[in-house]
Amino acid sequence: MIAIVDFGLGNLRSVEKAFEFLGVSAVIVENPRQVDSASHLVLPGDAAFGDAISKLRKGGWVECIERSIAAGKPFLGICVGLQLMFSKSLELGCHEGLGLFSGICERFQGSERVPHIGWNQISFENPSPLLNGISPGTYFYFVHSYCVHAAKSKAVLASTNYGIDFVSVVGSDGVFGVQFHPEKSQSGGLRLLKNFSRIN
Amino acid sequence: MLAKRIIPCLDVKNGRNVRGVHFSADRDAGDPVDLAQRYDIEGADELVFYDITASADGRAIVMDLVRKVSEQVFIPLTVGGGIRSFADVRTILKNGADKVSINSAHVHTPDIINETSESFGSQCIVAAVDVLRKRVDPEEHPEWEIYINGGRKATGINALEWIEELVFRGAGELVLNSIDADGTLEGYDIELNLEVSQKVNVPIVASGGAGSMEHIYEVLTHGRASAALAASIFHYGQHSIPEVKQFLNKRGVIVRL
Repeated sequence: MIAIVDFGLGNLRSVEKAFEFLGVSAVIVENPRQVDSASHLVLPGDAAFGDAISKLRKGGWVECIERSIAAGKPFLGICVGLQLMFSKSLELGCHEGLGLFSGICERFQGSERVPHIGWNQISFENPSPLLNGISPGTYFYFVHSYCVHAAKSKAVLASTNYGIDFVSVVGSDGVFGVQFHPEKSQSGGLRLLKNFSRIN
Repeated sequence: MLAKRIIPCLDVKNGRNVRGVHFSADRDAGDPVDLAQRYDIEGADELVFYDITASADGRAIVMDLVRKVSEQVFIPLTVGGGIRSFADVRTILKNGADKVSINSAHVHTPDIINETSESFGSQCIVAAVDVLRKRVDPEEHPEWEIYINGGRKATGINALEWIEELVFRGAGELVLNSIDADGTLEGYDIELNLEVSQKVNVPIVASGGAGSMEHIYEVLTHGRASAALAASIFHYGQHSIPEVKQFLNKRGVIVRL
């Protein structure tokens, strides 16, 4: 069973429905204790970074996530969920993240329109079972104003260009993050969620 | 590269999809759930549901519709029409919409944009404006005026100035509805899209007037719009979404095929 973390922000129903559509059992959990019986953990998020991290801390979710990862349960952060996995974000101030990966989340600079809204492609940087069956150049749906610059690292699985190259998929040892919304990305997104559900 | 988006718009009245000319709904264009599924299969980049009854009953019907569609369709869904309060926005997002399109309310109570974008994030707050061209001398710079209540009531507000204000308040995307062009099938207001795109840095969705693939091409290139919203051209089967996307692709516009 996949647990979808509800820490009080974001549209979680669509993530749950995508798993339902795939025939994968998933539940929205509002209490960290409910995670114990889950096999996988998903951290979605349509929220400002600062609000999200403070709600995670207050709700006891940070320890819960660390415990779950230490127990070897696959983890997937979506959108702000990916950003929260990095060390730091400069969204409306400076906030410490979960620090699962090193990197700083910053606002898009330059001439491109912000937010980055719409369908953009991913380029593979490192192989991963999360991306099985997905072709390079597949479009995914993005909607965000902040991003993590892509550095050469084994944990960067895919990058996307929007004025700069940023991290669109990060992961190592069963701990993953995606900047786009797989639950809103038609067949490519559903394939990624299916792949995630099969990782153990 | 970020692809230009093609967005079919479903105007919903009493649970049916209808399409109007110059903002007055008249023709029945079918069952919205069926249409939504068809557009999803055809490769629509998003779907917009516009509740044109905007009454409590109308809202309940649209919510039911969004719930049904979002069980099967995994692309972004936007809901607009008759949104008055913070609570309306919250209800719509809770029912499975990804974005909410706010129209007249941002004129009556502009703080709705600040409050909702601070709580839910700018990415899900779309400001839609209905604008009419002011009759100025052709030699002079064009001007547009904001209209509310489904395009029926003039406000005297200068559209370009108000759009800057909406972005400043936190709108993450703009929908530019041209009342002059709506339902005419004679093309988008290119000048309007270009003017706005030079003034603000958020994505712009062009709306009103699409009658041919050429019109869509024009607004995405010369008009610099990020997305094109269209209704009649798709609902009555004049063109399919793949046909439009192939056409754009051949002309060098980046689209998701």
